[in-house]
Amino acid sequence: MPDGSLDRLKREGRIVVVGASLAGLRAAETLRDKGFEGTLTMIGDEPYEPYDRPPLSKQVLLGKATAEHTALPRRREIDAEWRLGVPASGLDMAARRVKLADGDEVPYDRLMIATGVRARPWPNEAEAELDGVFVLRTRDDGAGLARRLDAGPKRVLVIGAGFTGSEIASACRERGLEVTVAERGDAPLVGALGGVIGAVAAEMHRENGVDLRTGVMVTRLEGGATGRVRAAHFSDGTTLECDVVVVSLGAQRNTEWLAGSGLGAGPRGIACDAGCRAFDVRGIVTDDVFVAGDVARSPHPLFGYQFLSLEHWGNAVAQAETAAHNMLSESSDRRPHIWVPAFWSSQFGVNIKSVGVPSMGTEIMITQGSRAERRFTGVYGYQGRVIGAVTFDNCRWLQFYEQQIEATAPFPPPFPTVDRRADGQRPIPADFPDPSVPTHGPTITLSGYSPADRRMTFTPAGH
Amino acid sequence: MRLVVDLNRCQGYAQCAFLAPDVFAMHGDEGLLYDPEAESAQRERVAQAVAACPVQAILVDEMDMAAAGRAAASGEAPHA
Repeated sequence: MPDGSLDRLKREGRIVVVGASLAGLRAAETLRDKGFEGTLTMIGDEPYEPYDRPPLSKQVLLGKATAEHTALPRRREIDAEWRLGVPASGLDMAARRVKLADGDEVPYDRLMIATGVRARPWPNEAEAELDGVFVLRTRDDGAGLARRLDAGPKRVLVIGAGFTGSEIASACRERGLEVTVAERGDAPLVGALGGVIGAVAAEMHRENGVDLRTGVMVTRLEGGATGRVRAAHFSDGTTLECDVVVVSLGAQRNTEWLAGSGLGAGPRGIACDAGCRAFDVRGIVTDDVFVAGDVARSPHPLFGYQFLSLEHWGNAVAQAETAAHNMLSESSDRRPHIWVPAFWSSQFGVNIKSVGVPSMGTEIMITQGSRAERRFTGVYGYQGRVIGAVTFDNCRWLQFYEQQIEATAPFPPPFPTVDRRADGQRPIPADFPDPSVPTHGPTITLSGYSPADRRMTFTPAGH
Repeated sequence: MRLVVDLNRCQGYAQCAFLAPDVFAMHGDEGLLYDPEAESAQRERVAQAVAACPVQAILVDEMDMAAAGRAAASGEAPHA
Protein backbone atom coordinates (compact mmCIF):
# COMPACT_ATOMS: atom_id res chain seq x y z
CA MET A 1 0.00 0.00 0.00
CA PRO A 2 2.22 2.79 -1.27
CA ASP A 3 0.06 5.45 0.38
CA GLY A 4 2.85 7.30 2.12
CA SER A 5 2.37 5.50 5.42
CA LEU A 6 5.74 3.83 5.04
CA ASP A 7 7.45 7.16 4.49
CA ARG A 8 5.71 8.47 7.57
CA LEU A 9 6.89 5.43 9.57
CA LYS A 10 10.46 5.98 8.42
CA ARG A 11 10.34 9.68 9.22
CA GLU A 12 8.56 9.81 12.54
CA GLY A 13 7.54 6.25 13.53
CA ARG A 14 8.30 4.43 16.74
CA ILE A 15 10.17 1.14 16.60
CA VAL A 16 10.78 -0.92 19.74
CA VAL A 17 13.36 -3.70 19.85
CA VAL A 18 12.94 -6.12 22.74
CA GLY A 19 16.20 -7.96 23.35
CA ALA A 20 19.47 -6.07 23.44
CA SER A 21 21.89 -8.73 22.27
CA LEU A 22 23.41 -9.63 18.89
CA ALA A 23 20.16 -9.83 16.91
CA GLY A 24 18.67 -6.73 18.54
CA LEU A 25 21.77 -4.63 17.92
CA ARG A 26 22.19 -5.68 14.28
CA ALA A 27 18.49 -5.05 13.67
CA ALA A 28 18.79 -1.55 15.11
CA GLU A 29 21.82 -0.78 12.96
CA THR A 30 20.04 -2.04 9.86
CA LEU A 31 16.98 0.07 10.60
CA ARG A 32 19.11 3.21 10.72
CA ASP A 33 21.01 2.10 7.61
CA LYS A 34 17.69 1.80 5.78
CA GLY A 35 16.82 5.37 6.61
CA PHE A 36 14.69 5.01 9.71
CA GLU A 37 14.72 8.43 11.41
CA GLY A 38 12.04 7.90 14.05
CA THR A 39 12.26 6.87 17.69
CA LEU A 40 14.15 3.66 18.37
CA THR A 41 13.91 2.05 21.80
CA MET A 42 16.13 -0.87 22.84
CA ILE A 43 14.87 -2.94 25.77
CA GLY A 44 17.15 -5.46 27.50
CA ASP A 45 16.80 -7.43 30.72
CA GLU A 46 20.52 -7.35 31.46
CA PRO A 47 22.13 -4.09 32.58
CA TYR A 48 24.80 -4.32 29.87
CA GLU A 49 25.01 -3.03 26.34
CA PRO A 50 24.97 -5.79 23.71
CA TYR A 51 27.85 -8.21 24.13
CA ASP A 52 29.11 -11.30 22.36
CA ARG A 53 28.48 -14.70 23.90
CA PRO A 54 30.76 -17.18 22.06
CA PRO A 55 33.91 -15.94 23.85
CA LEU A 56 32.33 -16.72 27.23
CA SER A 57 32.89 -20.46 26.84
CA LYS A 58 36.22 -20.08 25.07
CA GLN A 59 38.70 -17.23 25.54
CA VAL A 60 37.08 -16.01 28.77
CA LEU A 61 37.45 -19.43 30.45
CA LEU A 62 40.98 -19.69 29.10
CA GLY A 63 41.85 -16.36 30.71
CA LYS A 64 42.61 -14.70 27.35
CA ALA A 65 39.77 -12.18 27.68
CA THR A 66 37.43 -11.07 30.43
CA ALA A 67 33.67 -11.43 30.40
CA GLU A 68 33.32 -7.70 31.10
CA HIS A 69 35.12 -6.91 27.85
CA THR A 70 32.99 -8.70 25.28
CA ALA A 71 30.83 -5.76 24.18
CA LEU A 72 29.95 -6.05 20.50
CA PRO A 73 31.45 -3.55 18.10
CA ARG A 74 28.98 -1.20 16.48
CA ARG A 75 28.63 -0.98 12.73
CA ARG A 76 27.25 2.53 13.08
CA GLU A 77 25.60 4.93 15.52
CA ILE A 78 22.04 3.86 16.22
CA ASP A 79 20.84 6.82 18.27
CA ALA A 80 18.55 4.69 20.41
CA GLU A 81 16.86 5.16 23.72
CA TRP A 82 18.22 2.33 25.88
CA ARG A 83 16.09 0.66 28.53
CA LEU A 84 18.63 -1.76 29.98
CA GLY A 85 18.29 -3.84 33.13
CA VAL A 86 14.52 -4.05 32.85
CA PRO A 87 12.83 -7.02 31.18
CA ALA A 88 9.73 -6.73 29.06
CA SER A 89 6.84 -8.27 30.96
CA GLY A 90 3.96 -8.17 28.53
CA LEU A 91 2.63 -7.19 25.15
CA ASP A 92 -0.66 -5.54 24.24
CA MET A 93 -0.93 -6.17 20.52
CA ALA A 94 -4.19 -4.26 20.10
CA ALA A 95 -2.87 -1.11 21.77
CA ARG A 96 0.64 -1.66 20.37
CA ARG A 97 2.40 -1.32 23.70
CA VAL A 98 5.22 -3.26 25.34
CA LYS A 99 4.92 -3.52 29.11
CA LEU A 100 8.05 -3.40 31.21
CA ALA A 101 8.70 -5.09 34.55
CA ASP A 102 9.09 -1.68 36.22
CA GLY A 103 5.51 -0.81 35.29
CA ASP A 104 6.36 1.43 32.37
CA GLU A 105 4.81 0.95 28.93
CA VAL A 106 6.43 1.70 25.59
CA PRO A 107 4.23 2.32 22.53
CA TYR A 108 5.32 1.17 19.08
CA ASP A 109 4.35 1.25 15.45
CA ARG A 110 6.62 -1.68 14.66
CA LEU A 111 7.96 -4.20 17.19
CA MET A 112 11.04 -6.40 16.87
CA ILE A 113 11.29 -9.32 19.28
CA ALA A 114 14.77 -10.75 19.77
CA THR A 115 14.62 -12.02 23.34
CA GLY A 116 16.69 -15.12 22.60
CA VAL A 117 17.15 -18.04 24.95
CA ARG A 118 18.45 -18.59 28.45
CA ALA A 119 20.32 -21.50 29.96
CA ARG A 120 18.14 -24.35 31.14
CA PRO A 121 18.65 -24.35 34.90
CA TRP A 122 19.34 -27.34 37.11
CA PRO A 123 15.84 -28.67 37.83
CA ASN A 124 16.23 -28.89 41.60
CA GLU A 125 16.09 -25.28 42.78
CA ALA A 126 17.74 -25.81 46.14
CA GLU A 127 20.63 -27.67 44.52
CA ALA A 128 20.90 -25.05 41.78
CA GLU A 129 21.36 -22.41 44.49
CA LEU A 130 24.41 -24.14 45.97
CA ASP A 131 27.59 -22.11 45.85
CA GLY A 132 29.75 -23.43 43.01
CA VAL A 133 26.85 -24.47 40.74
CA PHE A 134 26.82 -22.51 37.48
CA VAL A 135 25.15 -22.26 34.14
CA LEU A 136 26.93 -20.45 31.30
CA ARG A 137 24.94 -18.10 29.15
CA THR A 138 25.33 -14.52 30.31
CA ARG A 139 28.21 -12.18 30.90
CA ASP A 140 27.71 -12.54 34.67
CA ASP A 141 27.74 -16.35 34.35
CA GLY A 142 31.01 -16.17 32.42
CA ALA A 143 32.66 -13.80 34.89
CA GLY A 144 31.59 -15.90 37.88
CA LEU A 145 32.74 -19.19 36.38
CA ALA A 146 36.07 -17.75 35.20
CA ARG A 147 36.74 -16.42 38.71
CA ARG A 148 35.99 -19.82 40.21
CA LEU A 149 38.26 -21.59 37.74
CA ASP A 150 41.00 -19.06 38.55
CA ALA A 151 40.75 -20.13 42.17
CA GLY A 152 41.85 -23.64 41.18
CA PRO A 153 39.02 -26.02 42.05
CA LYS A 154 39.92 -29.66 42.76
CA ARG A 155 37.40 -31.06 40.30
CA VAL A 156 34.87 -29.54 37.93
CA LEU A 157 31.77 -31.48 36.92
CA VAL A 158 30.14 -30.53 33.63
CA ILE A 159 26.60 -31.87 33.24
CA GLY A 160 25.75 -32.25 29.55
CA ALA A 161 28.18 -32.76 26.68
CA GLY A 162 26.73 -30.52 24.00
CA PHE A 163 28.86 -27.84 22.40
CA THR A 164 28.98 -25.54 25.40
CA GLY A 165 29.62 -28.36 27.86
CA SER A 166 32.40 -29.74 25.68
CA GLU A 167 33.99 -26.30 25.31
CA ILE A 168 33.93 -25.82 29.08
CA ALA A 169 35.54 -29.23 29.62
CA SER A 170 38.16 -28.39 27.02
CA ALA A 171 38.99 -25.06 28.70
CA CYS A 172 39.29 -26.78 32.09
CA ARG A 173 41.78 -29.31 30.73
CA GLU A 174 43.77 -26.59 29.02
CA ARG A 175 44.06 -24.90 32.42
CA GLY A 176 45.18 -28.18 33.98
CA LEU A 177 41.99 -28.66 35.99
CA GLU A 178 40.48 -32.07 36.68
CA VAL A 179 37.12 -32.34 34.96
CA THR A 180 34.35 -34.92 34.75
CA VAL A 181 31.69 -34.73 32.06
CA ALA A 182 28.36 -36.49 32.59
CA GLU A 183 26.23 -37.04 29.49
CA ARG A 184 22.90 -38.80 29.37
CA GLY A 185 23.39 -39.82 25.71
CA ASP A 186 25.93 -42.29 24.40
CA ALA A 187 28.53 -39.69 23.42
CA PRO A 188 29.19 -35.93 23.34
CA LEU A 189 27.53 -33.93 20.55
CA VAL A 190 25.24 -36.81 19.49
CA GLY A 191 22.13 -34.64 19.38
CA ALA A 192 23.64 -32.26 16.85
CA LEU A 193 26.03 -34.51 14.91
CA GLY A 194 25.03 -38.14 15.51
CA GLY A 195 26.80 -41.16 16.95
CA VAL A 196 29.49 -41.54 14.28
CA ILE A 197 30.85 -38.08 15.04
CA GLY A 198 29.95 -38.43 18.72
CA ALA A 199 32.40 -41.33 18.95
CA VAL A 200 35.16 -39.07 17.63
CA ALA A 201 34.20 -36.42 20.19
CA ALA A 202 34.29 -39.00 22.98
CA GLU A 203 37.83 -40.01 22.02
CA MET A 204 38.85 -36.35 22.00
CA HIS A 205 37.56 -35.91 25.54
CA ARG A 206 39.33 -38.99 26.87
CA GLU A 207 42.63 -38.36 25.09
CA ASN A 208 42.69 -34.93 26.66
CA GLY A 209 42.22 -36.30 30.14
CA VAL A 210 38.50 -35.66 30.62
CA ASP A 211 36.74 -38.19 32.83
CA LEU A 212 33.85 -38.70 30.39
CA ARG A 213 30.86 -40.64 31.65
CA THR A 214 28.14 -41.39 29.11
CA GLY A 215 24.76 -43.05 29.42
CA VAL A 216 24.50 -41.66 32.93
CA MET A 217 22.48 -38.97 34.68
CA VAL A 218 23.29 -36.81 37.66
CA THR A 219 20.52 -37.47 40.16
CA ARG A 220 21.51 -35.15 42.99
CA LEU A 221 23.96 -32.42 43.90
CA GLU A 222 25.11 -32.39 47.49
CA GLY A 223 26.20 -29.33 49.43
CA GLY A 224 28.51 -29.06 52.42
CA ALA A 225 27.83 -27.27 55.69
CA THR A 226 28.70 -23.87 54.17
CA GLY A 227 26.23 -24.28 51.33
CA ARG A 228 28.94 -25.03 48.83
CA VAL A 229 28.59 -27.93 46.41
CA ARG A 230 30.86 -30.82 47.32
CA ALA A 231 29.57 -33.93 45.53
CA ALA A 232 27.32 -35.25 42.80
CA HIS A 233 25.39 -38.49 42.78
CA PHE A 234 24.94 -40.45 39.56
CA SER A 235 22.21 -42.76 38.29
CA ASP A 236 24.66 -45.68 38.26
CA GLY A 237 25.01 -45.40 42.03
CA THR A 238 28.41 -43.72 42.03
CA THR A 239 29.33 -40.48 43.78
CA LEU A 240 31.80 -37.86 42.62
CA GLU A 241 33.49 -35.24 44.78
CA CYS A 242 33.52 -31.91 42.97
CA ASP A 243 33.65 -28.25 44.02
CA VAL A 244 32.42 -26.65 40.79
CA VAL A 245 29.44 -27.87 38.75
CA VAL A 246 28.49 -26.39 35.39
CA VAL A 247 24.98 -27.27 34.29
CA SER A 248 25.06 -27.34 30.50
CA LEU A 249 21.71 -28.76 29.49
CA GLY A 250 20.78 -26.56 26.56
CA ALA A 251 18.53 -23.57 26.40
CA GLN A 252 14.98 -22.38 26.94
CA ARG A 253 13.36 -19.73 24.82
CA ASN A 254 12.44 -16.45 26.42
CA THR A 255 8.77 -16.29 25.49
CA GLU A 256 7.00 -16.39 28.88
CA TRP A 257 6.54 -12.63 28.85
CA LEU A 258 4.29 -13.05 25.81
CA ALA A 259 1.84 -15.39 27.55
CA GLY A 260 -1.70 -14.20 26.96
CA SER A 261 -0.61 -11.60 24.42
CA GLY A 262 -2.20 -13.41 21.51
CA LEU A 263 1.12 -13.86 19.76
CA GLY A 264 2.05 -17.37 18.56
CA ALA A 265 4.76 -17.81 21.17
CA GLY A 266 5.55 -20.87 23.25
CA PRO A 267 8.33 -23.08 24.58
CA ARG A 268 9.58 -23.71 21.02
CA GLY A 269 9.90 -20.02 20.24
CA ILE A 270 7.87 -17.55 18.23
CA ALA A 271 6.59 -18.80 14.90
CA CYS A 272 7.06 -16.42 12.01
CA ASP A 273 6.84 -16.46 8.24
CA ALA A 274 9.91 -16.48 6.00
CA GLY A 275 9.85 -12.68 6.13
CA CYS A 276 10.24 -12.69 9.95
CA ARG A 277 6.66 -11.55 10.62
CA ALA A 278 5.29 -13.21 13.74
CA PHE A 279 2.17 -15.37 13.71
CA ASP A 280 -0.57 -14.81 16.22
CA VAL A 281 -2.17 -17.69 18.14
CA ARG A 282 -4.72 -18.17 15.37
CA GLY A 283 -1.96 -18.77 12.83
CA ILE A 284 -2.51 -15.42 11.15
CA VAL A 285 0.57 -13.46 10.26
CA THR A 286 0.96 -10.05 11.91
CA ASP A 287 2.15 -7.05 9.99
CA ASP A 288 3.78 -5.04 12.76
CA VAL A 289 5.50 -7.65 14.94
CA PHE A 290 8.77 -9.10 13.69
CA VAL A 291 11.09 -11.65 15.28
CA ALA A 292 14.75 -12.58 14.86
CA GLY A 293 17.48 -14.67 16.41
CA ASP A 294 17.34 -17.66 18.75
CA VAL A 295 13.74 -17.02 19.78
CA ALA A 296 12.35 -17.11 16.23
CA ARG A 297 11.35 -20.17 14.27
CA SER A 298 10.60 -19.90 10.61
CA PRO A 299 9.91 -22.21 7.66
CA HIS A 300 12.82 -23.08 5.40
CA PRO A 301 12.34 -24.26 1.81
CA LEU A 302 15.59 -26.25 1.76
CA PHE A 303 14.42 -28.33 4.69
CA GLY A 304 10.89 -29.20 3.64
CA TYR A 305 9.46 -25.91 4.92
CA GLN A 306 9.89 -27.22 8.42
CA PHE A 307 10.02 -24.52 11.03
CA LEU A 308 13.62 -24.16 12.14
CA SER A 309 14.76 -22.41 15.23
CA LEU A 310 18.49 -21.89 15.21
CA GLU A 311 20.73 -21.01 18.12
CA HIS A 312 23.38 -19.84 15.72
CA TRP A 313 25.39 -16.63 15.82
CA GLY A 314 25.28 -16.08 12.08
CA ASN A 315 21.55 -16.70 11.96
CA ALA A 316 20.95 -13.98 14.55
CA VAL A 317 22.81 -11.48 12.37
CA ALA A 318 21.22 -12.48 9.07
CA GLN A 319 17.70 -12.80 10.41
CA ALA A 320 17.92 -9.44 12.20
CA GLU A 321 19.03 -7.77 8.98
CA THR A 322 16.19 -9.33 7.01
CA ALA A 323 13.59 -8.53 9.66
CA ALA A 324 14.73 -4.91 9.83
CA HIS A 325 14.67 -4.60 6.06
CA ASN A 326 11.16 -6.05 5.84
CA MET A 327 9.96 -3.84 8.68
CA LEU A 328 10.58 -0.79 6.51
CA SER A 329 9.56 -2.26 3.12
CA GLU A 330 6.44 -2.45 1.02
CA SER A 331 5.23 -6.04 0.77
CA SER A 332 6.60 -6.39 -2.78
CA ASP A 333 10.08 -5.41 -1.58
CA ARG A 334 10.29 -7.84 1.32
CA ARG A 335 12.94 -10.54 1.39
CA PRO A 336 12.75 -14.08 2.78
CA HIS A 337 15.17 -15.25 5.44
CA ILE A 338 16.53 -18.46 3.97
CA TRP A 339 19.93 -18.61 5.61
CA VAL A 340 21.69 -21.96 5.50
CA PRO A 341 22.31 -23.00 9.11
CA ALA A 342 25.99 -22.80 10.07
CA PHE A 343 27.87 -22.90 13.33
CA TRP A 344 31.28 -23.44 14.80
CA SER A 345 32.81 -24.77 17.96
CA SER A 346 36.36 -24.94 19.21
CA GLN A 347 37.36 -27.65 21.64
CA PHE A 348 40.54 -29.53 22.50
CA GLY A 349 42.36 -27.46 19.90
CA VAL A 350 40.10 -28.74 17.10
CA ASN A 351 37.98 -26.41 14.99
CA ILE A 352 34.54 -27.93 14.43
CA LYS A 353 32.23 -26.34 11.86
CA SER A 354 28.98 -27.38 10.32
CA VAL A 355 26.49 -26.28 7.66
CA GLY A 356 22.98 -27.41 6.84
CA VAL A 357 20.97 -29.55 9.23
CA PRO A 358 23.08 -32.62 10.08
CA SER A 359 20.44 -33.82 12.54
CA MET A 360 18.04 -34.38 9.63
CA GLY A 361 20.58 -36.74 8.07
CA THR A 362 20.19 -40.48 8.22
CA GLU A 363 23.55 -41.35 6.69
CA ILE A 364 27.04 -39.89 6.79
CA MET A 365 30.01 -40.27 4.48
CA ILE A 366 33.54 -39.18 5.36
CA THR A 367 34.51 -37.56 2.07
CA GLN A 368 37.88 -36.15 3.10
CA GLY A 369 40.47 -37.08 5.68
CA SER A 370 39.99 -39.50 8.53
CA ARG A 371 38.31 -39.53 11.88
CA ALA A 372 41.39 -41.04 13.52
CA GLU A 373 43.42 -37.95 12.60
CA ARG A 374 40.65 -35.55 13.75
CA ARG A 375 40.83 -33.89 10.36
CA PHE A 376 37.96 -34.75 8.09
CA THR A 377 34.78 -33.73 6.34
CA GLY A 378 31.57 -35.62 7.01
CA VAL A 379 28.63 -35.19 4.64
CA TYR A 380 25.10 -36.02 5.79
CA GLY A 381 22.48 -37.52 3.50
CA TYR A 382 18.71 -37.49 3.73
CA GLN A 383 16.45 -39.16 1.18
CA GLY A 384 19.16 -39.22 -1.47
CA ARG A 385 20.31 -35.61 -1.13
CA VAL A 386 23.01 -33.73 0.74
CA ILE A 387 21.43 -32.16 3.83
CA GLY A 388 24.40 -31.16 6.01
CA ALA A 389 28.14 -31.32 6.49
CA VAL A 390 30.59 -31.14 9.37
CA THR A 391 34.32 -30.51 9.36
CA PHE A 392 36.95 -31.14 12.00
CA ASP A 393 39.97 -28.93 11.17
CA ASN A 394 38.92 -29.00 7.53
CA CYS A 395 36.80 -25.86 7.26
CA ARG A 396 37.81 -24.77 3.78
CA TRP A 397 35.71 -27.59 2.35
CA LEU A 398 32.59 -26.33 4.02
CA GLN A 399 31.64 -23.70 1.48
CA PHE A 400 31.62 -26.33 -1.25
CA TYR A 401 29.19 -28.50 0.68
CA GLU A 402 27.07 -25.49 1.52
CA GLN A 403 26.60 -25.06 -2.23
CA GLN A 404 25.74 -28.74 -2.52
CA ILE A 405 23.06 -28.33 0.14
CA GLU A 406 21.66 -25.23 -1.56
CA ALA A 407 21.54 -27.11 -4.86
CA THR A 408 19.88 -30.16 -3.22
CA ALA A 409 22.72 -32.21 -4.71
CA PRO A 410 22.50 -36.03 -4.68
CA PHE A 411 23.80 -38.13 -1.80
CA PRO A 412 26.12 -39.94 -1.72
CA PRO A 413 28.13 -37.33 -3.62
CA PRO A 414 28.94 -38.93 -6.98
CA PHE A 415 32.21 -37.06 -7.51
CA PRO A 416 35.63 -38.29 -6.40
CA THR A 417 37.45 -36.09 -3.87
CA VAL A 418 41.07 -35.80 -2.93
CA ASP A 419 42.18 -37.24 0.38
CA ARG A 420 39.36 -39.76 0.51
CA ARG A 421 40.22 -42.83 2.54
CA ALA A 422 39.10 -46.43 2.28
CA ASP A 423 36.47 -45.94 4.98
CA GLY A 424 34.97 -42.99 3.11
CA GLN A 425 33.93 -44.89 -0.01
CA ARG A 426 30.34 -45.43 1.04
CA PRO A 427 27.82 -43.96 3.47
CA ILE A 428 27.21 -45.40 6.91
CA PRO A 429 24.26 -44.76 9.24
CA ALA A 430 24.71 -41.37 10.95
CA ASP A 431 23.39 -42.88 14.18
CA PHE A 432 21.30 -40.08 15.64
CA PRO A 433 19.66 -40.97 18.93
CA ASP A 434 15.97 -41.75 19.11
CA PRO A 435 14.35 -38.29 19.20
CA SER A 436 11.98 -39.42 21.94
CA VAL A 437 14.96 -39.82 24.29
CA PRO A 438 15.84 -36.41 25.73
CA THR A 439 19.41 -35.21 25.41
CA HIS A 440 20.94 -31.79 26.04
CA GLY A 441 19.43 -30.88 22.66
CA PRO A 442 20.94 -29.77 19.40
CA THR A 443 21.26 -26.13 18.47
CA ILE A 444 18.72 -26.64 15.68
CA THR A 445 15.16 -27.54 16.48
CA LEU A 446 13.19 -28.96 13.60
CA SER A 447 9.54 -28.25 12.90
CA GLY A 448 9.04 -26.73 16.31
CA TYR A 449 8.01 -30.08 17.67
CA SER A 450 9.86 -32.82 19.45
CA PRO A 451 8.19 -36.15 20.26
CA ALA A 452 9.91 -35.89 23.64
CA ASP A 453 8.05 -32.72 24.47
CA ARG A 454 4.70 -33.44 26.05
CA ARG A 455 4.16 -30.01 27.53
CA MET A 456 1.98 -28.72 24.74
CA THR A 457 -1.68 -29.64 24.40
CA PHE A 458 -4.16 -28.52 21.78
CA THR A 459 -7.13 -26.79 23.37
CA PRO A 460 -9.61 -25.59 20.75
CA ALA A 461 -11.45 -22.39 21.49
CA GLY A 462 -15.04 -22.89 22.61
CA HIS A 463 -17.00 -21.59 19.67
CA MET B 1 38.58 -0.94 20.85
CA ARG B 2 35.86 -3.53 20.40
CA LEU B 3 36.03 -6.22 17.76
CA VAL B 4 34.35 -9.43 16.76
CA VAL B 5 35.31 -12.13 14.28
CA ASP B 6 32.60 -13.85 12.25
CA LEU B 7 33.83 -17.39 12.79
CA ASN B 8 31.39 -18.71 10.20
CA ARG B 9 33.47 -16.83 7.66
CA CYS B 10 36.90 -17.39 9.24
CA GLN B 11 38.86 -20.09 7.43
CA GLY B 12 41.96 -20.02 9.57
CA TYR B 13 44.31 -18.17 7.22
CA ALA B 14 46.05 -16.73 10.31
CA GLN B 15 46.86 -13.39 8.69
CA CYS B 16 45.42 -11.63 11.73
CA ALA B 17 47.49 -13.71 14.16
CA PHE B 18 50.59 -12.80 12.15
CA LEU B 19 49.83 -9.08 11.96
CA ALA B 20 48.38 -8.52 15.44
CA PRO B 21 49.64 -11.39 17.61
CA ASP B 22 48.66 -9.67 20.87
CA VAL B 23 45.01 -9.63 19.77
CA PHE B 24 44.58 -12.77 17.63
CA ALA B 25 45.99 -16.23 18.28
CA MET B 26 45.54 -19.54 16.54
CA HIS B 27 44.20 -22.29 18.73
CA GLY B 28 45.14 -25.55 17.13
CA ASP B 29 45.51 -25.74 13.35
CA GLU B 30 42.60 -23.57 12.27
CA GLY B 31 40.74 -22.36 15.36
CA LEU B 32 41.03 -18.69 16.29
CA LEU B 33 40.96 -16.95 19.65
CA TYR B 34 40.89 -13.18 19.92
CA ASP B 35 40.63 -10.46 22.52
CA PRO B 36 37.21 -8.84 21.93
CA GLU B 37 38.35 -5.62 23.57
CA ALA B 38 41.87 -4.93 22.39
CA GLU B 39 44.08 -2.18 23.80
CA SER B 40 43.85 1.00 21.78
CA ALA B 41 47.61 0.75 21.25
CA GLN B 42 46.79 -2.21 18.98
CA ARG B 43 44.58 -0.12 16.71
CA GLU B 44 46.90 0.08 13.73
CA ARG B 45 47.84 -3.59 13.89
CA VAL B 46 44.17 -4.53 14.09
CA ALA B 47 43.43 -2.27 11.11
CA GLN B 48 46.07 -4.17 9.16
CA ALA B 49 44.52 -7.47 10.22
CA VAL B 50 41.07 -6.28 9.12
CA ALA B 51 42.46 -5.30 5.73
CA ALA B 52 44.48 -8.48 5.29
CA CYS B 53 41.77 -11.01 6.24
CA PRO B 54 41.08 -12.95 3.00
CA VAL B 55 37.44 -13.53 3.97
CA GLN B 56 36.82 -10.13 5.62
CA ALA B 57 35.63 -11.74 8.84
CA ILE B 58 36.84 -9.11 11.33
CA LEU B 59 34.49 -6.33 12.40
CA VAL B 60 35.83 -3.45 14.46
CA ASP B 61 33.86 -0.62 16.02
CA GLU B 62 33.00 1.86 13.29
CA MET B 63 34.31 4.76 15.38
CA ASP B 64 37.58 2.99 16.11
CA MET B 65 38.07 2.13 12.47
CA ALA B 66 37.68 5.75 11.45
CA ALA B 67 40.62 6.58 13.69
CA ALA B 68 42.64 3.65 12.35
CA GLY B 69 41.82 4.67 8.79
CA ARG B 70 43.32 8.10 9.45
CA ALA B 71 46.46 6.42 10.79
CA ALA B 72 46.68 4.19 7.73
CA ALA B 73 46.22 7.16 5.41
CA SER B 74 49.11 8.91 7.09
CA GLY B 75 51.39 6.10 5.95
CA GLU B 76 51.76 4.23 9.22
CA ALA B 77 50.10 1.08 7.94
CA PRO B 78 50.91 -0.72 4.69
CA HIS B 79 48.28 -1.13 2.04
CA ALA B 80 46.75 -4.57 1.71
